[in-house]
Amino acid sequence: MTVAASTEAGGSAKARRGEARRIAVLTGPAYLWLAVTVFLPISAMLYFSLLSEAPIAGRVGQFTLENYQAFFDKAFYQSLMLRSLRLGAEVSFYCFLFGFPCALVLAKVVKGRWREAMFLLVIIPFWSNALVRIFSWTMVLRGNGILEQFLNAVIPGFGGLDLMFTYPAIVIGLVHSYLPYMILTCYISLQAIDDDLIEAARSLGASRWTILTRILLPLSMPGIVAGAVLIFVPVIGSFMEPRILGGRNGTFIGTVIEDQFTAVFNWPLGAALSFILLGCVLIIFAAFHPILRRAAR
Amino acid sequence: MRRRIGLATLGRVYLALVLMFLYIPILVMAVMSFNASQFYTLPIDWSLRWYEALSGNSKLLNAGFNSIVVAVVTTAIASTLGTAAAIAFFRYEFRGKQVLQLLLFPPIAIPWLITGTAMLLFFFWAGIGRGLHAMVLGHVALALPYVIIVVSARLKAFDPDLEAAARSLGASPAQVVRHVTFPFIAPGFIAAALFAFAVSFDQFVISYFLAVPGVSTLPVEIYTAIRKGFTPEINAISTIVIVFSMTLLVGVARYYRFGGER
Repeated sequence: MTVAASTEAGGSAKARRGEARRIAVLTGPAYLWLAVTVFLPISAMLYFSLLSEAPIAGRVGQFTLENYQAFFDKAFYQSLMLRSLRLGAEVSFYCFLFGFPCALVLAKVVKGRWREAMFLLVIIPFWSNALVRIFSWTMVLRGNGILEQFLNAVIPGFGGLDLMFTYPAIVIGLVHSYLPYMILTCYISLQAIDDDLIEAARSLGASRWTILTRILLPLSMPGIVAGAVLIFVPVIGSFMEPRILGGRNGTFIGTVIEDQFTAVFNWPLGAALSFILLGCVLIIFAAFHPILRRAAR
Repeated sequence: MRRRIGLATLGRVYLALVLMFLYIPILVMAVMSFNASQFYTLPIDWSLRWYEALSGNSKLLNAGFNSIVVAVVTTAIASTLGTAAAIAFFRYEFRGKQVLQLLLFPPIAIPWLITGTAMLLFFFWAGIGRGLHAMVLGHVALALPYVIIVVSARLKAFDPDLEAAARSLGASPAQVVRHVTFPFIAPGFIAAALFAFAVSFDQFVISYFLAVPGVSTLPVEIYTAIRKGFTPEINAISTIVIVFSMTLLVGVARYYRFGGER
């Protein structure tokens, strides 16, 4: 009896070992890849950020905190970080302002095949080429571009807008890039709301405004927050969009980091600034973690 | 009741306006690529001039070739490794599974600027260097989480009893995979592969940091040209790129429902 039990236990331990091996074989390659291409590089960047100079081409860096010190000493970097955070907040806000009603129409007004088609039309550009989409705005916004020509045709003597290479141009381009994201997350939350709930509120005499503010907005909050966070994070790290649409007005923390790596070649400083930016990202994720979890379900 | 219909109509008009906002810049770019004038003057003087110029631009054509090579290799690696991991997550319960699933998040959620500069720094330091091989390393990392998510979504609907039934009817493990498991996850696999291709083909930031002068992909080459002062050839190649990339995504949508139930 004891012998039988022990061999059975031995067999299952063997089976378990076999299973562990199969799990390792299946997941190992993917995670090894992620380790070498994401987690090791991020760790290496942390290491570089603590050195006085990059340990390449035979040079030796000393351990120092001066790269981080630079951020806190120079008002220039701090104001750029604030400018990036403001850009992130503004773009998220406009995406919500224009995206939420759109998601509402998709989820509650349009039905059937039309809904499917419209939804796809909204989502497809989001996953497509971001650079080309930003570039296409230069043709619309530039001086004597399509927008100005159109406005002047409708309103003779309208004159110029001078939008290209301004802060608003960057905001327009980024909202265009990320609006589908907000529509997607809001739509998922909104279509989970039972229509009967809205019908019940209406039959009890709730006004449209009450239904919006007491039912639709609170119940879709996880989607709104998820959308806002998922837009805010890439926007504060953007550099291509400000460069193309902002020109000389397009200096943000992202473009300064890019400069450290591609023009100035001060990698330790770039690494430190990247890490401060990453810190901001982590704080945002941590702060909204409970709501994001609900949205993920 | 009449007011309600009015509001619904208003909603549809609004939706149409948002779609116009999303598509008009792209349409403008596409139309301008057929305009002979390089200063975007109206009315349009239809011409294929810029497409002809493009066919003689070896720099852009090379970059396009590189883009496709990198995307094909990325797709092959990411969809294989990702599908394997998704199957492990589906089939086994094990300690650390949640941690592994959580680890898929950073590659998607960390701004590409940070991932890209970190890759540049590490690859340079570790002797991997820059170039197309480095881009493949980076693109696979970005595509993997999406592959795992898309394939997992398909697997959720898979009934393991099907495999058990096949086994009890005498199928070998290889036969089970070939005739039962794979046909079922095939749509998820195709969606994931197309998506991985699109992620790589459209990727700019990572490629930008890992490109070497002379060896780059289309987005990097387009960006360089824009920064230098654009030529209308860029409209032509950009139009081709965006049409191609949107077609790919329509293909993905055929097999995978973005945003779940509709």
